[in-house]
Amino acid sequence: MSRRYVLAVDQGTTSTRAILFDRSGRLVALRQHEHEQHFPQPGWVEHDASEIWTQLSQLVPAALADAEAGPGDVAAIGIANQRETSVVWERATGRPIHRAIVWQDTRTAGLIESMAADPRAARVSELCGLPFAPYFSASRLRWILDAVPGARQRAVAGELMFGTMESWLIWNLTGGANGGLHLTDVTNASRSMLMNIRTCRWDRELLAFFDVPAQVLPEIRPSIERYGACTQVLPGVAIGAALGDQQAALFGQTCFEAGEAKCTYGTGSFVLLNTGTELVTSRHGLIPTVAFQAAGEPVRYALEGSIAVTGSLVQWLRDGLGLISSAPEIETLARTVGDNGGCYIVPAFAGLLAPHWRSDARGVITGLTSYVTSGHLARAVLEATAWQTREVIDAMTADTGLALRELRVDGGMTANNLLMQFIADILDTPVVRPMMAETVSLGAAYASGLAVGMWPDRTSLRRNWHRAAEWNPSMDSALRDREYANWQEAVTRSYAGPARPAGETAARAGVYAGTLSGS
Amino acid sequence: MPGSIQSIERAAAILHLLADNPDRLGLGEIADTLDLAKTTTHGLLKTLLAVGFVEQSTVGGPYRLGTGLGRLAGDPLDPNALRSRALNWADALAGRTGESVRVAVAHGDAALVIHHVFRPDDSVQQLAVDVELPLHACAFGKVLLAGKTAFGPRQDDLLDSYTARTVTSRRVLARELVEVRRRGWAGEVGEFAEGVASIAAPIRNEVGRTVAAIGIAGSTERLCNPRGEPRPKLVEHVRSTARSVSRDLATRRR
Repeated sequence: MSRRYVLAVDQGTTSTRAILFDRSGRLVALRQHEHEQHFPQPGWVEHDASEIWTQLSQLVPAALADAEAGPGDVAAIGIANQRETSVVWERATGRPIHRAIVWQDTRTAGLIESMAADPRAARVSELCGLPFAPYFSASRLRWILDAVPGARQRAVAGELMFGTMESWLIWNLTGGANGGLHLTDVTNASRSMLMNIRTCRWDRELLAFFDVPAQVLPEIRPSIERYGACTQVLPGVAIGAALGDQQAALFGQTCFEAGEAKCTYGTGSFVLLNTGTELVTSRHGLIPTVAFQAAGEPVRYALEGSIAVTGSLVQWLRDGLGLISSAPEIETLARTVGDNGGCYIVPAFAGLLAPHWRSDARGVITGLTSYVTSGHLARAVLEATAWQTREVIDAMTADTGLALRELRVDGGMTANNLLMQFIADILDTPVVRPMMAETVSLGAAYASGLAVGMWPDRTSLRRNWHRAAEWNPSMDSALRDREYANWQEAVTRSYAGPARPAGETAARAGVYAGTLSGS
Repeated sequence: MPGSIQSIERAAAILHLLADNPDRLGLGEIADTLDLAKTTTHGLLKTLLAVGFVEQSTVGGPYRLGTGLGRLAGDPLDPNALRSRALNWADALAGRTGESVRVAVAHGDAALVIHHVFRPDDSVQQLAVDVELPLHACAFGKVLLAGKTAFGPRQDDLLDSYTARTVTSRRVLARELVEVRRRGWAGEVGEFAEGVASIAAPIRNEVGRTVAAIGIAGSTERLCNPRGEPRPKLVEHVRSTARSVSRDLATRRR
């Protein structure tokens, strides 16, 4: 039987999707299910890992049925996952001992702050390449081990397993308690603060610093490798790849070579620039991360600008304020007015990530007057995404000295023409959406297909990349500069502490919660 | 009431009851209030769920009125929401056919293009959204017209002509729309611009109403066979894409 398709699993922050792609990288079937978001306390965000696994086991057969395909038609599964979301489960039963702690969760901010004051902190950041932030998974694992009664002893006794969502799903797909594979890929491991960013192995010094027993950790493997075959859901089908979702998007955009970059607009937004086999450290608030690794090849690195809140700000407008009934309707609402009416929203719901790295920042709306309507708020929400992109791109340009020629974009928000045009306007750069905006899934599909020989090499995949839409800048530069200044002013107002000039903020590169700055 | 159909009466009673109780009702409460057997009530609710007239936030949970009812009453689907749903399928259609794709909705007397995907040959192309096309002179518009029952040969005045091939007689067009309804797609060959053809099919909401048209447009040579008819293979791609978007609309509510 010819195996015509690859199946991508995109385990995202708000939903899980199963998508079938054919050999040309075209979407054949898509099934999606949202999972519940648990907010037990302000700043806490949790997912039920068992719910996600149950949903996946239902989505996959449904997607296959849509395409009138069976397991025999699927050459491989590739997994892309929300990064840094952490779960600990029992080896013997597969039962999580706590709900998964999601990447947006800030419960470990206090823990991170005290760790950052430790004399070894600078060494830790040097080893893992990451600033001290509750964003990364190590502090979440540590929190679970501390908070769940008996967890630490059980972890040391080898009864517990830790993983990000790809580890959890692969373990379940390959048999769970009956011999499931406990592994993570190198891109996900690079987001933990426990992996040495140069050797790409768990680091004894980092494990000691975070007080995490090695017994709970999965094995680190290349992103593109035939890990094993499923025994559940699609018995016999090979799992050929796992990548963090942003790395998957970079791969799906076929940014295989140094100098190629993309921005994915989802719950948060993430700019990744491939830096090749060279590890580039940033002086402007970006972080080095692993882009991908194919089995038998060296690790490829990327420079990343992470923005925590973009699409989730639109969700807040929908769920928190009830101004719209579905996310895409924000464009309809925003088009009821011609500009932002002087209103700016800095969505620092849980601090600001790149390039500011301020955990003390909280969201602000500036310029509120009686003139401002829901339409202006909708505009300000969309513009916040664009301004945050601008800040990250500026940092990237400062680090690499390379000016961006065009920005490759993907993700659900690229359906928003108003937003895409605004991004082109304020970056003063063409914005290009490739055919197949679902690059996260596509990247996972490509990677797994490469692992099983569905495609001969990465170069052959480039022929599948085509531009589907392009937005060209048309904003007056004086207006752009004035608006940017207003935005920057709003950002300084989001800081809990005294406002700092923008230049000084940018100088806090790689420094979070005052780690290295002595400020 | 001679000739009345009992199950429709009962379904209507359920809808009235849910409308009066916006806080949601359980199966037992509905059955008791209407004095119906639980199995009968469950069967009715299951059907009403399937067509989107009632909703349930969790399986086995209480019921409330569904968004499908609002659409039935003329509450139009937000075009930006539609674009968001159609995005992936439109990309795949462009990939399969090698042609540019458009999604259009009825907007007054025109078909308004709300989504445009470039032809995947990486040539220089301009994004052409928010463009209005004449309903009677493109495949998208014909699909939208066929989805309404109101259009007919009521007036004798001629429709605007764009090329020698534009259908300007309302009577001729009405006959063509009957055919569009029957076969489920529309074609247009050089009726709006010389040498350009289009093929479109309806996107339907969960109650089966046409809410938009999706299709391809491109040179007549590529879209049509030597006899000047739309190529069946392209028609099938367009139709299957339209079905996929329609299914997506029915199953995903956000």
